Amino acid sequence: MQPKPIALKILDVVSIISIAAATYLALFFAPTEAVMGQVQRVFYFHIGTAWVAMLGFILAAVAGIAYLVTKNMLWDRFEVAAVEVSAMFFFITIALGSIWARPAWNTWWTWDPRLTTAAVTELIYIAYFMLRQGIEDPEKRARFGAVYSLLGGLSAPITFMVIRLFRTIHPVVIGSQSAAAQGGFSMTTNMRTTFFFALFAFTVLFIDLIWHRIRLGGLEEKVEQLKLEASI
Amino acid sequence: MIEVKKLVKRFGLKTILRGLDFSVAPGEFVALLGPNGAGKTTFLRILATLSRPSLGAVSVAGHSLPAQSAQVRAKLGVVSHLPLLYPDLTAEENLLFYGRMYGIADLEARISEVLEMVDLKNRRKDLVRTFSRGMQQRLAIGRAVIHDPEVMLFDEPYTGLDQDASEMLDEVLRSVAAKGRTVVMTSHDLARAENLATRFDILSRGVIAASVSKKELAKTNLLTFYKQTLEA
Amino acid sequence: MKKTSPSLLKATLAIVQKDLAAEFRSFELISAMLVFSLLVIIIFNFALELDIKTRQSVTAGVLWTTFAFAGTLGLNRSMAVEKDRGCMDGLLLAPVDRSAIYFGKAISNLAFMLIVEAVILPVYSMLYNVNLFRLDLLGVILLGSIGYSAVGTLLSTMSAQTRTREILLPILLFPVAIPVLLAAVKASNGLLAGAEFSEILTPLNILIVYDVIFIAVAFMVFDFVVEE
Repeated sequence: MQPKPIALKILDVVSIISIAAATYLALFFAPTEAVMGQVQRVFYFHIGTAWVAMLGFILAAVAGIAYLVTKNMLWDRFEVAAVEVSAMFFFITIALGSIWARPAWNTWWTWDPRLTTAAVTELIYIAYFMLRQGIEDPEKRARFGAVYSLLGGLSAPITFMVIRLFRTIHPVVIGSQSAAAQGGFSMTTNMRTTFFFALFAFTVLFIDLIWHRIRLGGLEEKVEQLKLEASI
Repeated sequence: MIEVKKLVKRFGLKTILRGLDFSVAPGEFVALLGPNGAGKTTFLRILATLSRPSLGAVSVAGHSLPAQSAQVRAKLGVVSHLPLLYPDLTAEENLLFYGRMYGIADLEARISEVLEMVDLKNRRKDLVRTFSRGMQQRLAIGRAVIHDPEVMLFDEPYTGLDQDASEMLDEVLRSVAAKGRTVVMTSHDLARAENLATRFDILSRGVIAASVSKKELAKTNLLTFYKQTLEA
Repeated sequence: MKKTSPSLLKATLAIVQKDLAAEFRSFELISAMLVFSLLVIIIFNFALELDIKTRQSVTAGVLWTTFAFAGTLGLNRSMAVEKDRGCMDGLLLAPVDRSAIYFGKAISNLAFMLIVEAVILPVYSMLYNVNLFRLDLLGVILLGSIGYSAVGTLLSTMSAQTRTREILLPILLFPVAIPVLLAAVKASNGLLAGAEFSEILTPLNILIVYDVIFIAVAFMVFDFVVEE
């Protein structure tokens, strides 16, 4: 069993520090936004998690193609890691979106194109895991997973484009049209610093988690192998 | 006609075929025997181009697999224990479909020929749904020879057949093999195999454990030989 | 004996012809899809309890939801036939390009969907006194059905090979087919409400783009999904 590589240990520490720093910046350093008040601070985390969720999403689709081309199982492990981590971050993004929406616009859910697309992507991920669960053979599992990850990767952006066409009949939430929901409220320098640092911190955390998940995948395979050898 | 060297087939972490060597000269009729789970069906599926080898060299009718599987398929006829027939089509329509898929010229005449050979001429316009298991199996053989293949693979063709049907199948198999075709047949029915085949190979624990020709078998009988091999 | 490996087109047509011939004999698939669709429409009628004005704005949605659900039935059944009797192996054994199998099944599935839609449209028109027989609407329905069948055929081939089989297909299909369904609904709505062409153009474009992309991708990855 390989011990945790030094680089990973360092990365663990760097992630924790970055997130802690980002939290400090978001909660104390950034000024309070004029219109929405303190709740606006959620925005920094919301954007951070949304950004890495999308990153994971793209990486998963790329890993899928890479697996189909190379048939190297490492790409499969990477794909699973990307999907899992992305699924988690999308969930947090949606949750934070709700938390932001409620006090700001008095609603738990806005049918905002980005949030809705995030929800659809979560459904794609759930389908992805259910697909993998229903297949015994690891090679087939990898192949099918790669195909579905590719399909999902292509359809979610199109979903986003289509949803934008729908002018919702739900009670118009000022937020979905306002600059604030677009994340485009004018930012002061401090806000901008916090914003970019949050993106950075979450990216570091993302890499850290993916790396851990890939290692975990490798360990899972080893366990399977040991189980098999033990049963013979 | 069939050359297999060091064939390995893995499903995930399970190895079914472990460096199997196998060789069949043109015109031979090889009965492939072995206990359940030995890998007979897996092996046959690889020869049939339905499954890819994990390692090793396989060549059928002069073409290597899996690279040249399309060429091999044109020269291959396969009968499995599932009929591979469409129940809502007539015997004629089934043969028409498969004939088209194999690009046969003069299809009408060929269909009559084939139905004659498997003794189903008077059931030409009947739905396969109404056929007994024995009749379906005979039609399945008709389907498998319609394109006059050089190599035939039979996977447990006697499954589910009663005495009469089995005897009919014997007849059909004999006439099919008589045309100088190369045949590999797996079967649990040692008596029938002994009757039809020119050679007997026993697959056990992922390799060919023993191979004996009909002449060599003259002294003992197949059952004894089979048991001896498996006990070793 | 003379034999030449059939071209992709010939093989595709052979498969389509085979599927249609078998279906027209038993009508199992189409009748199930039809009955199911009618039931869905009836349920929607009571569940939504709409006045005439509001009903017009949901026609497109109701129709497409019905088509989507009925389509799933057809896709599942069509693949189940191949899987149950090992016929899929029969198709894979033929010396033809594997894409013929994909295109053949996709076209058959599309045909079944279109036949069902061809019956549902007049029924809906009668029930709700709305004219659905417009060429442009039929065009949108065709485009939407093409996209749905294209992805659905690929996914049903996959789901047929899993432990949960048919149950998995809607779960796999719907999230990925959302763009097609939404674009089709938006375009259909626009047409029925007499909107400006520029408004209909965008969803129409998205429909076409989706169809092209997914037919191409499905055709390219199909081999990976049927090999062992």
